[in-house]
Amino acid sequence: MSLRWYLGRLAAALLIGGVTAGSLAVAQQRDPAYAAARSAGQIGEKMDGYLGFVVPPSADVKRLVEDLNIKRKAVYAQQAQAQHATVEEYALTAGCLAISRTVSGEKYQAPDGSWATRGAGPPQRDARCP
Amino acid sequence: MNHPELTDRLRLATSLPMQERNRVGPGRSRKVAQAALVLMSGSMALGGCISVNAPDKPIVIELNINIKQEVIYRLAEDAGNTIDKNPEIF
Repeated sequence: MSLRWYLGRLAAALLIGGVTAGSLAVAQQRDPAYAAARSAGQIGEKMDGYLGFVVPPSADVKRLVEDLNIKRKAVYAQQAQAQHATVEEYALTAGCLAISRTVSGEKYQAPDGSWATRGAGPPQRDARCP
Repeated sequence: MNHPELTDRLRLATSLPMQERNRVGPGRSRKVAQAALVLMSGSMALGGCISVNAPDKPIVIELNINIKQEVIYRLAEDAGNTIDKNPEIF
């Protein structure tokens, strides 16, 4: 009886723990609407470290991207201060890396300012990018 | 009673040569005004050109030109970690 009770508690604890970890993992992923707009090529990674609109956005996509860019800027500002750099320097560096991390089919801003589609090879990046 | 009449006539007499001088004046000022108009219309036309051409993409790139490659290399590792730690916004 006490063993069954103990196993029941253990199973419940594991279940709760699993659910909590699962919900945390979900919270750490991209918002589905963001992921959809990204893979559809409606939005892309800009050189300056922020998201941009490839096509005129819907109200929902516009709000989503503006919200993400504000959050990015907050993170850039915090890290730039810690690294004794300007927000623009940090954002440009993050932009280099974000463009590198785009996957095939996603949009990114080429050095000439135009929107390019990521292919199988490396993206066209600013000459200063690491 | 006579004084006002005399002074009036005197003023008329003196005002004639003054008017002649003034006739020269307005002629010059008209030329100046015309020149000013030409200049203004010219500057307005220029202003119109600039306001059309100003918002263009290369300006953004020019702003970033001041950022040195060595700074980007120094920040690269930390920026990579930042992207890893915030996957929901990247």
